[in-house]
Amino acid sequence: MTALALERDDFRSILHDRRMILFTALAVLLVLVSFLGLGLGATGVPVSRILSVVADALTGRVATGGDALIILQVRLPRLLLGLLIGGALASSGALMQGLFRNPLADPGLVGVSAGAALAAAATITLGDRLLTPLLGPLPFSALPVGAFAGGLLTTLGLYLVATRSGRTSMATMLLAGVAFGALAGAAMGLFSYLSDDRQLRDLSFWSLGSLSGATWTKVTAVAPFILPTLLAMPFVARGLNALSLGEAEAFHLGVPVQRVKAIAILLVAIAVGASVAAAGMIGFVGIVVPHVLRLVAGADHRMLLPASSLLGAALLVAADTVARTIAAPAELPIGILTAAIGAPFFLWLLLRRQGGVAL
Amino acid sequence: MSPLLEAKGISYRSGGRMLIEAADLSIAGGSFTIVIGPNGAGKSTLLRVLSGEISPTEGEVRFDARPLRSIPPWRLAHGRAVMPQASDLSFPFTVFEVACLGVEGIGRGLSRGERQRIALDALEQADVAHLGHRNYQTLSGGERQRVHFARVLAQLQAGRTVETRQVLFLDEPIASLDLRHQLALLQTAKSLAQDGLAVVAVLHDLQLAAGIGDDLVLMRGGRLVTRGRPESVLTPELITEVFGVSLVSPILPPSPWTLAPTATRPLATGAP
Repeated sequence: MTALALERDDFRSILHDRRMILFTALAVLLVLVSFLGLGLGATGVPVSRILSVVADALTGRVATGGDALIILQVRLPRLLLGLLIGGALASSGALMQGLFRNPLADPGLVGVSAGAALAAAATITLGDRLLTPLLGPLPFSALPVGAFAGGLLTTLGLYLVATRSGRTSMATMLLAGVAFGALAGAAMGLFSYLSDDRQLRDLSFWSLGSLSGATWTKVTAVAPFILPTLLAMPFVARGLNALSLGEAEAFHLGVPVQRVKAIAILLVAIAVGASVAAAGMIGFVGIVVPHVLRLVAGADHRMLLPASSLLGAALLVAADTVARTIAAPAELPIGILTAAIGAPFFLWLLLRRQGGVAL
Repeated sequence: MSPLLEAKGISYRSGGRMLIEAADLSIAGGSFTIVIGPNGAGKSTLLRVLSGEISPTEGEVRFDARPLRSIPPWRLAHGRAVMPQASDLSFPFTVFEVACLGVEGIGRGLSRGERQRIALDALEQADVAHLGHRNYQTLSGGERQRVHFARVLAQLQAGRTVETRQVLFLDEPIASLDLRHQLALLQTAKSLAQDGLAVVAVLHDLQLAAGIGDDLVLMRGGRLVTRGRPESVLTPELITEVFGVSLVSPILPPSPWTLAPTATRPLATGAP
């Protein structure tokens, strides 16, 4: 009887301890990476100076010196944008995987990012031609809205194509994602053909993905989209847990399946749309981060979604710091870096699955 | 007392085919009903309609005198649990977590600790407590089935704090179980029925059905052929007519097996 009691406490405490350790580690990692992101670069800034500059700025004193300018006007907005977008991409990856009941789903991989980028491109080229003469120059926040619409349409389309009577086929989804991606690529090509020089540069920026254009304007335009979605994601966690048993089983457990799916699709579209609008297509963050977390701490979405936000944020800032220092003074688009790491990882996932779960 | 579950003139049509045709069925609390019939008879579809997963094309199902469609999913989940035929999990949940899925959001006034205790008790009842830490995806088919049995037991236990009139649906619950676990599962279900639950199961093993069911529902081609006590349903004539097999002996003997009292725990493999 004592052995049994011990065993019972075991289950609970192990789960609990693991999560405490995990979130503490993630928080420490996030702080560390943030200081690296602020301190490293063409001009190195020591931690003490970073602290005093940020403290000055927060208390309203005017910061002086070139390094203060670099930190406040260049690196800080870039850091915040990286945190936001990394968190958004990783947690929407986890959310999509839960929605499709498939650990290989990723907004970049299945064409959602491409759809969002296409819509953003359309907003630029067509918006310039059709709307600017009427309304004046479009504010930057028109881009996240456009990209959100594109992401939403693509996610919905994908879901409709890949789901038959409540079962989502992994093969169909990946292939449909390829088709959607190709379609978006073709349309992007058309837009670039129609574009002038400035628009062309903006378009090519989307296909690579980069945080280099980070400004306070972008941060403040994107944060109202991303922060609420990150905070809202845990509310569908229980539903996603039940959904991983299957739609019928989730319904039997009392989950309002259609509502959970609709909310999940909406959240993914908002988060990915805003990310793509600000930084273009950055792939594989959404697939690598949740997978690593599942290996470490299990599949429970109540842990997975917030943890993905934290680890995704840290990972993207770290990757961005590498991207802008590795070939300094030149800068590597971060999308290239994440793809270079993420694509082999994805292949490894595919190979590993061969023995176990079938496609 | 009114029947717990009542179907009136239900039909279900899908893709131009009648999967269920004009079925009337009422199920009382405290009974163990077993649906039998050849492949494609509509047994699983009947369960899906009765459990509220799909709405009948015609007719109506009532749960505790209320139309099933009018009961919100979360409320229904307190009074009705369904054990699926087979279930793949796309993520590496542990066995304990799968059992916990049965109690999340079910029941009123239960603390986190109480929920987990319910889940652990259910795992023990289904003889899978020793697998608690294991990744569900690495389990065998039979072990998975027992984990899902634990999950629905947990759901019913938690649901009892809100709804005392409950139905348990089991869709071929013993398909991949060994003989001992087949009997153990059916006996657990039987004792639930004796406690007042309505248990509705799809079974293929006619002998086990005869041995354990109070009430047999025989289906063929989407229609209810007959229902009643095992001895009145499993007649040689009907068995030959519906299943196309002949009995060697004049009547179907009830299940010849019973659980050996000593074999409750030692068979569990992998226990520390």
